[in-house]
Amino acid sequence: MTEEDKLLEEVTSAEYKYGFVTDIDSDTIKNGLNEDVIRLISSKKNEPEWLLEWRLEGFKKFKELVEPEWANVHYKKPDLQAISYYSAPKPKKKLASLDEVDPELLKTFEKLGISLDEQKMLTGVAVDIVVDSVSVATSFKAKLGELGIIFCSISEAIQEHPELVQKYLGTVVPQTDNYYAALNSAVFTDGSFCYIPKGTRCPMELSTYFRINQAGTGQFERTLLIADEGSYVSYLEGCTAPSRDENQLHAAVVELIALDEAEIKYSTVQNWYPGNKEGIGGVFNFVTKRGICHKSAKISWTQVETGSAVTWKYPSCILKGDNSIGEFFSVAVTNNFQQADTGTKMIHIGKNTKSTIISKGIAAGKSNSSYRGLVKIMKGATNARNFSQCDSLLMGDKSGSHTFPYIEVKNKSARIEHEATTSKIGEDQLFYCNQRGIGTDAAIGLIVNGYCKDVLNQLPMEFAVEAQKLLSLSLEGSVG
Amino acid sequence: MLKIKDLKVEIEGKEIIKGLSLEINKGEVHAIMGPNGAGKSTLSAVIAGRDEYVVTGGSIEFEGENLMDMVPEDRAHAGVFLSFQYPVEIPGVSVTNFIKTALNESRKARGLEAMPAKDMLKLMREKQALLEMDKQFMSRSLNEGFSGGEKKRNEIFQMAILDPKLSILDETDSGLDIDALRIVANGVNKLKNKDNAVMIITHYQRLLDHIIPDFVHVLYDGKIVKSGDKNLALELEEKGYDWIKKEIEA
Ligand SMILES: Nc1ncnc2c1ncn2[C@@H]1O[C@H](COP(=O)(O)OP(=O)(O)OP(=O)(O)O)[C@@H](O)[C@H]1O
Ligand SMILES: [Mg+2]
Repeated sequence: MTEEDKLLEEVTSAEYKYGFVTDIDSDTIKNGLNEDVIRLISSKKNEPEWLLEWRLEGFKKFKELVEPEWANVHYKKPDLQAISYYSAPKPKKKLASLDEVDPELLKTFEKLGISLDEQKMLTGVAVDIVVDSVSVATSFKAKLGELGIIFCSISEAIQEHPELVQKYLGTVVPQTDNYYAALNSAVFTDGSFCYIPKGTRCPMELSTYFRINQAGTGQFERTLLIADEGSYVSYLEGCTAPSRDENQLHAAVVELIALDEAEIKYSTVQNWYPGNKEGIGGVFNFVTKRGICHKSAKISWTQVETGSAVTWKYPSCILKGDNSIGEFFSVAVTNNFQQADTGTKMIHIGKNTKSTIISKGIAAGKSNSSYRGLVKIMKGATNARNFSQCDSLLMGDKSGSHTFPYIEVKNKSARIEHEATTSKIGEDQLFYCNQRGIGTDAAIGLIVNGYCKDVLNQLPMEFAVEAQKLLSLSLEGSVG
Repeated sequence: MLKIKDLKVEIEGKEIIKGLSLEINKGEVHAIMGPNGAGKSTLSAVIAGRDEYVVTGGSIEFEGENLMDMVPEDRAHAGVFLSFQYPVEIPGVSVTNFIKTALNESRKARGLEAMPAKDMLKLMREKQALLEMDKQFMSRSLNEGFSGGEKKRNEIFQMAILDPKLSILDETDSGLDIDALRIVANGVNKLKNKDNAVMIITHYQRLLDHIIPDFVHVLYDGKIVKSGDKNLALELEEKGYDWIKKEIEA
């Protein structure tokens, strides 16, 4: 058997190592989706009238839309009537110590370099109040408060800062935008809100310290992030730590607003349960992420996607203001039967707008990875620039990769460059590593991380190290 | 240290090594010469464990162990190092990161902890100086865009860091300019001691002017057909391989 065949077999036989089931007791309403359910959600959350109206408008649109089928993914459509749209999680049963936790899981945490306290939080072990990161989080929150930075759950923001929410919610992703966005608008119950005041540089990576609190993400998350004029924020979403979820369908919406001269860096690491090696189970992740850049503003999306059974996700930038900049850096790893259709849209409206797209797809096993990107230069976007680079790396010969770049140019002064490559991990590379004492799993990790370097470099340091480990782990064979 | 007995190797059904025996003891330098396509690189790849090559007969022992039972990384951990005739590019992986990973994997295999960053840095500086390498070099992607000579120098740099027992240098001299040849040869000589051994595959005398071999072997059509001391290399340089071919045919 050649090295490549062996590798292929190892990769396809690798089980998802991080899955663990959480028994969440919850206050749940009856399955099904209708107006009454939406009214119930809104009243349970004590929402203002306008928001209920807004939700209902989303629901009205949703009923008119059909589930999109253009993506290069195949799956059995989830039954939306079989979902319960409101469930407030009750605290899980606390374990007395880490000794009660599955040692395999702890090993995975160790490999990922997750701290002891975090391990405890993630596995539901009671944490000593002094080292409790909730209290750490609270003290950071106080510090942020001094700067006028608001960082809280969207539900809290609706209660505490309704004027900001009302002003911006749905301005980038309207309720009527697409099937899943409409669904999300109608039923979202969870998510984050962030506001950075004028001229303020947020002094820390938002959510690093809050990661644990966010581990239990909701099924229909709604995130709204506003960077006021001249401000800067780096926001981290997700977690390299394993997250299993009984909810098959996840349809999140993220809206970013970068006002004049503001900069938002939005980094995501997504590691949801991808299903078993036969392709059963696993999360469907249908996300709408979009940001708008006003004058001289900048939005960078960086994502490392290793999880989910089906991913459908296109973080996009509307470059409305003159001289604004949009960036998209992405690594998407698929293994076994995973399918990912991901990419970006860069809509150039203002003059001298610039966008950069770097996408790295890695497909192993029988998985399928597609890049889908749109670069649209509107009539008024004089001197717009775009550079796109879309690379695919295939492992074995049962995986597939596809690139669908769409370009629409309505202004002749635009300059657009597109590069694409497809490569394989060569036996020569593996043998070279082996000869230097680097075993095949470690060699794959090394080569893949090298391949993704341009993207990983965009991540905040701490996150980058974890993401690197995650990439290696997600491609690791079952033979050590 | 290395005992090869009656080795036979095939690739894609074609026999390339046809009954080769060779013994290398610690402290020795062996030069292997021979015409293009004779099987020199094949021999080195088989010792290193490349699995496309099918060993159909004979044995290879390294330090008393059957090398054929070991996967390539284990052979590396045991102390076998191959300086490739054509070093491979790994985009995005810096020289530093690569060699650090290699060294720590070998340490791990020996039950040692990863080398502390401080010691690692010191070791790298030292070997970098030995091979007169530019600092900038260390942060470049492994072999990507390296000139032919830079690739070879980088191979010997890795050898210096990993400190193997048996180093096989497959045409390390090709591509090196005159100064680089001297630097690399000097580096190899400094790394030599009574406990390790070197097998040099080369076409030319020039490298052997610097690294004096104890034995010179001629590999021809899959077999070692003639062995001698350093003077054999000089004779080959002067007369080519024709006289050996005639000797065999006679
Ligand atoms: N992967 C392969 N597939 C088919 N034939 C091969 C392969 N590798 C080597 N060979 C053949 O085996 C023979 C020996 O090759 P090898 O590379 O060992 O020669 P060499 O002595 O190192 O030559 P050179 O001096 O040119 O480097 C050649 O005829 C070569 O074409
Ligand atoms: Mg050769």
